[in-house]
Amino acid sequence: MRTDTIAAIATAMSDSGIGIIRVSGEDALMIVDKIYRNSRNERILTKYATHTIHYGFIIEETEVSENVIDEVMVTVMKAPRSYTAEDTVEINCHGGILMMRKILATVICAGARIAEPGEFTKRAFLNGRIDLSKAEAVMDIIHAKNEFALQSSVKQLKGSLSDKIINLRKDILYEIAFIESALDDPEHISLDGHHDRLSAKTDHIMKELNGLLDSADDGRMLREGINTVIVGKPNAGKSSLLNILVGEEKAIVTDIAGTTRDTLEEIISLGGITLNIIDTAGIRRTEDIVEKIGVDRAKKISENADLILYVVDSSLPLDDNDYEIMNMIRHKNTIILLNKSDLNEVVRENDIYDMIKGIDRTLNTDKTAENEKCIIRTSTKTDSGIEDLVNAIKDMFFHGRITYNDQVYITNMRHKEAIRDTLDSIVQVKKSLELDMPEDFYSIDLMSAYASLGRIIGEEVGEDLVNEIFSKFCMGK
Amino acid sequence: MSEIFDKSYIQDKVDVCVVGAGHAGCEAALACARLGLRTVIFTVSVDSIALMPCNPNIGGTSKGHLVREIDALGGEMGNIIDKTFIQSKMLNKSKGPAVHSLRAQADKAEYSRAMRKVLENQENLTIKQAEVCKILTDNYDCYYNKESAATKKITGVMTFTGAIYECKAVILCTGTYLKARCLCGEAITYTGPNGLQAANYLTESLEDLGIEMRRFKTGTPARMDGNTIDYSKMEEQFGDEKVVPFSFLTDPADVQIDQVSCWLTYTNENTHDIIRANLDRSPIYAGIIEGTGPRYCPSIEDKVVKFSDKDRHQVFIEPEGIHTNEMYVGGMSSSLPEDVQLAMYRTVPGLEHCKIVRNAYAIEYDCINPRQLYPTLEFKDIKGLFSGGQFNGSSGYEEAAAQGLIAGINAALTILGKQPVILDRSQAYIGVLIDDLVTKENFEPYRMMTSRAEYRLLLRQDNADLRLRQIGYEVGLVSDEVYHKTLQKKKMIEEEIYRLKNTVIGAAKENQDFLEKCGSSLLKTGTNLAELMCRPELTYKTLAEIDTKRIPLPEDVIEQVEIEVKYEGYIERQMRQVEQYKKMEKKRIPADLNYNDISSLRLEARQKLIDFKPVSVGQASRISGVSPADISVLLIYLEHYHKT
Repeated sequence: MRTDTIAAIATAMSDSGIGIIRVSGEDALMIVDKIYRNSRNERILTKYATHTIHYGFIIEETEVSENVIDEVMVTVMKAPRSYTAEDTVEINCHGGILMMRKILATVICAGARIAEPGEFTKRAFLNGRIDLSKAEAVMDIIHAKNEFALQSSVKQLKGSLSDKIINLRKDILYEIAFIESALDDPEHISLDGHHDRLSAKTDHIMKELNGLLDSADDGRMLREGINTVIVGKPNAGKSSLLNILVGEEKAIVTDIAGTTRDTLEEIISLGGITLNIIDTAGIRRTEDIVEKIGVDRAKKISENADLILYVVDSSLPLDDNDYEIMNMIRHKNTIILLNKSDLNEVVRENDIYDMIKGIDRTLNTDKTAENEKCIIRTSTKTDSGIEDLVNAIKDMFFHGRITYNDQVYITNMRHKEAIRDTLDSIVQVKKSLELDMPEDFYSIDLMSAYASLGRIIGEEVGEDLVNEIFSKFCMGK
Repeated sequence: MSEIFDKSYIQDKVDVCVVGAGHAGCEAALACARLGLRTVIFTVSVDSIALMPCNPNIGGTSKGHLVREIDALGGEMGNIIDKTFIQSKMLNKSKGPAVHSLRAQADKAEYSRAMRKVLENQENLTIKQAEVCKILTDNYDCYYNKESAATKKITGVMTFTGAIYECKAVILCTGTYLKARCLCGEAITYTGPNGLQAANYLTESLEDLGIEMRRFKTGTPARMDGNTIDYSKMEEQFGDEKVVPFSFLTDPADVQIDQVSCWLTYTNENTHDIIRANLDRSPIYAGIIEGTGPRYCPSIEDKVVKFSDKDRHQVFIEPEGIHTNEMYVGGMSSSLPEDVQLAMYRTVPGLEHCKIVRNAYAIEYDCINPRQLYPTLEFKDIKGLFSGGQFNGSSGYEEAAAQGLIAGINAALTILGKQPVILDRSQAYIGVLIDDLVTKENFEPYRMMTSRAEYRLLLRQDNADLRLRQIGYEVGLVSDEVYHKTLQKKKMIEEEIYRLKNTVIGAAKENQDFLEKCGSSLLKTGTNLAELMCRPELTYKTLAEIDTKRIPLPEDVIEQVEIEVKYEGYIERQMRQVEQYKKMEKKRIPADLNYNDISSLRLEARQKLIDFKPVSVGQASRISGVSPADISVLLIYLEHYHKT
């Protein structure tokens, strides 16, 4: 078992009063000691008795000075009397998302590692802190959290970045395969001149990796925010709604061509809440062909949504398509917009509720649609009801019904860790090249780089190298 | 068959039966007999003991490592090749010490004869020419033995004549003989290699025991009459001036012999045109061959098709022995028809007037999916049944010998009631080889490669004795004398490294002068000899000038000191990785663990674990389809399991 020190944000990733960053492991005290000062600016964390709580500051060291990041209370719990039965420090800080992240990042910089999903619980169990009868539950937690983390890790990576990583890995693998095939079959494959070529290659790879690190730093690497999807039948006013939301707030961050050609993604900020809005506008274009295709596509996108804005044309009666859409979003956080309220309304709130109840009956389930649907009457023509919509979203967020996908930030940290590891390996390669070490020494570091980079896109090494050797190089006998 | 079995009779009662006398069978039988067990080795032809039916080499990259390891453990291969080689080379000398590899050209007939003699003279060992047709078993009650999940146990074997040999363990080393068929274009013969009799009955018996069989193929090039080759059109390839023996026990003075040459020539576009024009007559491309072939020794047809951008391929002409003119045509194995073969070979410079003695052919044979084996090479389901070599889906003489040795050692240890030997990936190439075979999904004959050994900086051919002698000694295959010699060597190495690290070299004038002379930067403050040795331009030898207190040491000790000091940083890094690796390797999984009880395991992982029955958490983590999260779940379950 690894006994290194792990850290994570222990409270929900939302703007709440207090946030807790938990650090656990052999070096927990030593690590937090580096960044904690008491009210008299003394560095004395390691001297605190177990199970005590202290007022002080988290500081960030720069080359010239120490900056205070936040005013905190730290709790010290020494092994074995803590949740994990390891030395544990909990930093109670102000509960802003940014603040919690900043402190977590500082802890990581000081030498901790981001905890794997469920790792605190796993350690607690393996150290005998959790009753054996809970083993089942612990395993389930780890299982579920990992599944989720894996899904979101790949899902959140922007298309262009995952391409970049795939290409870098391809380059690295080719170099390893070349070296290895020459080592395995020296009479057929020669490494003459490879040293210089590889040296140039490592420079290029380092540049790319540094670029990736930068983009991870300023958050360009992942899609962050509440994934919001606008769905609805053709011509219900989906695009108008998007335009209003974007236009009114005048807060477009970027335009990103989405993963699907037919979807447009906008990142907007509504009163401090970041929304990642995906407009399924493209569906409209397929209306004449097969409506089914459009619904299927919307369905797929909606699956990953945190929030759905369902636009209904209230001037037309509900039909089978509405039924189908409602069915597919029944368990999602949804705000239903009865649009075109400026026209003759034929659809009322009750019609919607009736339809939802109808679906529940057909499905023969005791559970009604898990999340209560919020219904708002709007007119994208006159802008009426838009303010209600914005308030409804804020309300849902602050009441915790929709949250930032807190995995996003963690994933980002993990990716950074992986890129740093890759960079370390490549730097090692470069060093070996400069020392004129034999090929078999640095090909091992190239392999580590390949493996580290693979962690970001969830790829294992497996038989990649052997396959590459045989497909690219003609081996003898 | 059934009539014969009706008339069966008990011929003998022994400890171990080894089926097959190739490179795996020989090592297996010798190991068992040397450990004091009554052993019978069966072969379809006594004249084909330790036959080399393909290339005339022992060793090569990573395979040379295997031979050294076999030798360190007390196996025979290294000793025999040292006595029968006719050319030897250390490959990769310009590269790092971890990939230096010995390769020798063998006199095939002499090699075979020498090994046969060792077998014949081995106490406790009987050689029997007979085809084993049936494996005999009884039910096995594993209730009291949590180490094994077997349901059957070995009781003996039956030969074609109905003779039963009762025994406690069987080691299957059937090579390429099971239901073998050879293909040379449209001409198909149902024989083993070299026209030898195939073994057509055993497969059925194994299937009856529930063993999963598969079919692999491999191939070999033609042999030429050396008198019809024009060597003047080829480049001569010499052996090393100073030959290094394979065996740590061979006196280096004994291997400085007159060596023969090999020859290098190339194919050309004419060769490739002929091949392309006749592809439809190749049994592989025509779809007649069903077995899976190895990618690392592709036929010349494969090379031409897959690497069509290459306008030539190397061809190595190698002697098959001293007392024959036959020459092996390395690089041009083929299953094309005879007439196409001849036309193709004759386009190669130097082979224009060649005459083929033996045609190239492809061979198909039955083997097993080695996932059915424990890392001890015992079948999971059948107590006392072991296997090694090509039967396990590997390829190569050295890979076979290595498995044969381990299977033999473990069969013997099991009978003697001792703990089996499992070499792990950080101890030996043999460990990597066996772990890969029993853990990974292999779809082609498995060949050892240095890139498969992740800790290869530690697993060098030069330190195989330091790594493995002790294990060989504990098993009982290495003598006291040899073991103590190794301990002595270890001590000398450690002491010399200590001395180098603690010998201070000051910035005195004579030292600075020396450094200047060597093109090395001058000292600002004092340092030690070990630090200086890390500089690329300085070696142990050159430092003698300023290392006045040095006492003379044997060359093999100096070699180790030099490597350990020069590459210390890299070696230490690998040692740290090994530490991590060992932690997981040490977490054993009981054989009776019911994975279906662990509902939090993903279905795919659960299925894989049930199929593989890994022996440790480490092995489980290397199974494709088992994720790190599954490993966490497994660890927690095991904790729970051990405490209740």
